[in-house]
Amino acid sequence: MADEFDDLKAAFDAATPESDPLKKRDNIALAEENFARLQGSRARTRQTVQKGRMSRLLDGVRVMLNSMTTRGGLVATTALVAVGAFLVTPDGRNLLTPPSPETVLIDELAPEIGARRQAEALNDQDEALGQSGALAEVLEGRGDDALATAQDDNVAVLAEPVMEEAPMMEAEIAAESLAPQSLTVARSRAEADFAARTIAPMAKSMPAPSDVIVIAPESNTEDFANAPDNPLKVTTEEPVSTFSIDVDTAAYAVVRSSLMAGHLPPRDAVRVEEMVNYFPYAYPTPEGDHPFEPTITVMPSPWNAGTELVHVGIQGTLPTIEDRPPLNLVFLIDTSGSMQDANKLPLLKQSFRLMLSELRPEDEVSIVTYAGSAGQVLEPTRAAERSTILGALDRLEAGGSTAGQAGLQQAYGVAEGMAADGEVTRVILATDGDFNVGLSDPDALKGFIADKRDSGTYLSVLGFGRGNLDDATMQALAQNGNGTAAYIDTLSEARKVLVDQLTGALFPIANDVKIQIEFNPAQIAEYRLIGYETRALNREDFANDTVDAGDIGAGHTVTAIYEVTPVGSDAIRNGPLRYAEAEQAAPVSDELGYFKLRYKEPGQSTSILIEEPILPDQAAASEDVRFSVAMSGFGQLLRGGAYLGGWDWDDAIALANGAKGADPYGYRAEAVTLMRLAETLSRN
Amino acid sequence: MGGVLLIVMRMTTSDEALARAAAGGDSQAFSALIARHYDRVFRLAFRLTGIRAEAEDLCQDICAALPAKIAAFRGDARFTTWLYRVVVNAAHDRRRRAATRAKAADGWGEVEIARQAEAAEASAALDWLTTAMRGLPEDLRDTAALVLDDVTHADAAAILGVSEGTISWRMSEVKKHLRALKEAEDG
Repeated sequence: MADEFDDLKAAFDAATPESDPLKKRDNIALAEENFARLQGSRARTRQTVQKGRMSRLLDGVRVMLNSMTTRGGLVATTALVAVGAFLVTPDGRNLLTPPSPETVLIDELAPEIGARRQAEALNDQDEALGQSGALAEVLEGRGDDALATAQDDNVAVLAEPVMEEAPMMEAEIAAESLAPQSLTVARSRAEADFAARTIAPMAKSMPAPSDVIVIAPESNTEDFANAPDNPLKVTTEEPVSTFSIDVDTAAYAVVRSSLMAGHLPPRDAVRVEEMVNYFPYAYPTPEGDHPFEPTITVMPSPWNAGTELVHVGIQGTLPTIEDRPPLNLVFLIDTSGSMQDANKLPLLKQSFRLMLSELRPEDEVSIVTYAGSAGQVLEPTRAAERSTILGALDRLEAGGSTAGQAGLQQAYGVAEGMAADGEVTRVILATDGDFNVGLSDPDALKGFIADKRDSGTYLSVLGFGRGNLDDATMQALAQNGNGTAAYIDTLSEARKVLVDQLTGALFPIANDVKIQIEFNPAQIAEYRLIGYETRALNREDFANDTVDAGDIGAGHTVTAIYEVTPVGSDAIRNGPLRYAEAEQAAPVSDELGYFKLRYKEPGQSTSILIEEPILPDQAAASEDVRFSVAMSGFGQLLRGGAYLGGWDWDDAIALANGAKGADPYGYRAEAVTLMRLAETLSRN
Repeated sequence: MGGVLLIVMRMTTSDEALARAAAGGDSQAFSALIARHYDRVFRLAFRLTGIRAEAEDLCQDICAALPAKIAAFRGDARFTTWLYRVVVNAAHDRRRRAATRAKAADGWGEVEIARQAEAAEASAALDWLTTAMRGLPEDLRDTAALVLDDVTHADAAAILGVSEGTISWRMSEVKKHLRALKEAEDG
């Protein structure tokens, strides 16, 4: 078994050269030089502040950062770090006017510090024990003394407003110390860089805050599913556009997490339709036989004078909660070592705790783990037995060395055991990207999941953490399992996915929903579908009921937007062809096109057709419609904005701001903040 | 207080103690540390890239950035584990840069083959080695490079930020690749 590997090792040992002594000398000299330069800059910085009594305070900061463990101490520490940041600011005086980059930075960092401190608390305890006496002195004696008596020092005056930040930080830390939730993050890379420069030189005197700079994950093996932008199509050549609906939201959360970390998301991480569909819209509710209602709006395009947008909004019906069938949920949880980060397993536990309160007593829950520890850790248990479920959840730990290979099969096995007529059974896979669930061949995995889907057990995927997130696999699995893929980065996102929209996520009202639009060449010269690149279907797939497509859950909304160029518009990009046959003067209809939608009732294998013509000036553009258009523009900008002309971030912000509506959960306000963040980040 | 800490550090010479001292700005500790580990860094750099010149350049990248990075050493992992993570990440950064230069020259590429022709003695083994490593996808290659360097599966998992199960699975994939290669040769 190991022979080949031994060969490889022997060959490698033979092949590995000694390092070049000259290069080695140069490289080490370079390292030492850089080290000295870094120390030098720190020393210079420090000299300017060590004149006053603050130097002693800084020593105190250092000691505390090495040893503090209590929350109160943490607040003080954080505040003192803020003092430190102010001290080295070249023109600190100007920063008195809030919001200053420092305040913003520290505000953002506070949860991070909290998470780190929790992790470090144990390691530090030994040291803390030995130093607590001296520490108390620093806090009560020298610290206060320094702050109180150095009033003639500019720096001490500056320290006061910073201290007022402390209660807020405590609140942040108390808010579970998760990934950044506050939206007041550093607003630009310039600021982030500035902050890094400000804090980095302090690293010598204060080792801990330098940890804090490392916000971006160290290793990065992320993989995103996407395809190039849908091209502009000429109606006479290809009048029909077909795609599967997509109610996933993962792309938006990934975009948010990137922007919050201070960098633009990778282009492939941006799936425009998911950016749009992340938000709840209140399109007209279904009346009549069908479980959902398409609403078509035609409006002028905001980014192109000569074009129009055809906006299709689909609202799923929301069955009354009392009517919903009992649920059987099997949580398949990744407990690999990488899951132990604060924004992974601990966040997952809190998320499920939230969700549990949404379940009804007769619903059943079971938990299966894989990767770290293997096996069923909770027998199917009625949701009424809350403490049993919570106990099992609390006992989950990341790490361990057992390779739980058969996790997925086991989870499905459990699910099948729980299933009964009229109940909804679903496996929910929660992972940070380790899909080592038992079937290593991706196609076999998809096949397995699709098989189980056909026998009635669906799969949803929840992604946690960044760095190892295998978005492509997440998408593929959820799509094959008739489920949604969501990315959970904060507790509020968990609330959105698992509480506010739980019903929609778990109760499909229609399966294999496909949309086909035929444009009328007499009216529309060109069109392009915005987003849905990964959901394109062949024209003939539309009527083929064996071709899988997306599903709509209870109360879900789905939005699809086309940009269309009317015949005769200046904005037509493809000129007429010299040798093409002259257009037949067909009986001119003023319809722009014809909308068709197919869906299957859950459990049925024959699809049902909904159709209606698309008429010019159809419906007025509601706030929901305009907001979704703004999000679509935002997504396109993040992907490079090839078709947007001069339309830019400011236009997106203005459009979104004007269409925020009631926004009860604050999702739209958050999106506007993200747009602003992206605008600043894209400037450098 | 700071003085007491430093004295304690001086008395011990473990990597972790030196690294903490270096993080605190002790240049002697930093020099001792880099002298102690340079060859180890180079060896891993070579295993990750497969080209000596690349490995030297990678070492230069690491040496240039290490002074800033060491300040972030938290002491919650063994120093070598931490250092290996730095090396692996630096290698990834280099690969990404290389990829964006559109050369997309895979480390185990033509340059290496040309160079091998000259190295007559180790040629046979090296050629097989190159073939073997080139046949592996990047993540398997990185994993193999670490395990070949006598890193335990648990440490490799910590370095690459994946689970131990993933490492074991990747290693079995590596062996599968090697076996297939051998069969192809033998057949």
